Amino acid sequence: MTIRVQQEDFDVGAELARLTAGNHAIGGVAVFVGLVRDMAGDSAISAMTLEHYPAMTEKMLTEIEQEARQRWPLETSLIIHRHGRLEPGEQIVMVATCSAHRQAAFEACEFLMDWLKTKAPFWKLEETEAGAQWVDARDSDDRAAARWVKKDPHAAE
Amino acid sequence: MKLLYFAWLKTKTGMAEEDVTPPAGVGTVAELLTWLEGRGPGFADALADRRAIRVAVNQSYAQPGDPVRPGDEVALFPPVTGG
Repeated sequence: MTIRVQQEDFDVGAELARLTAGNHAIGGVAVFVGLVRDMAGDSAISAMTLEHYPAMTEKMLTEIEQEARQRWPLETSLIIHRHGRLEPGEQIVMVATCSAHRQAAFEACEFLMDWLKTKAPFWKLEETEAGAQWVDARDSDDRAAARWVKKDPHAAE
Repeated sequence: MKLLYFAWLKTKTGMAEEDVTPPAGVGTVAELLTWLEGRGPGFADALADRRAIRVAVNQSYAQPGDPVRPGDEVALFPPVTGG
């Protein structure tokens, strides 16, 4: 498993090639890539700056990834999250999960994104025409994360 | 004890980090927040809505009743918005 928090952009294709190289037990790879949008509600956004708490970010992402690996049979996984100033269209985050079969890869990828969004200490400051504004946390993200609290993928087995 | 402030908590308190020695009697997260609130208008404003504040002690999420000790790194921040 790999976790990277970085300012620079990443190449999704190259990352996936590196992640799966030499491991032929992997039959499915699920990937999520988050991009900066140019609108928030009714406001146009010219850029956003992602602030984070480096020591805790690393720790939380490691805990989240370990949780995913306990719940699903993953061969490997990757989380990349950028910080600093980003413009619309730029990549913010990438999560990739690799497993023998697609279901574990899909579910683990969704789980990692849902928990990352509510637990990893990042904050977005959006630049709009009205000035810079900190983004408010969304209840829908809390609900998405809460789905996984009770759900045990192995309960039915 | 080292305190860290992020996002709008940094803006409102006017600082990113500081070293503090809270008075005797400040032994929990909730007691620390109450003490901080009394340190000036910036802190009172920043800490007015406790539901909007998350606290991490030594890089792990903490609840109001959790202990804080000298030497701890305590971070105050709003709900996270990454991803």
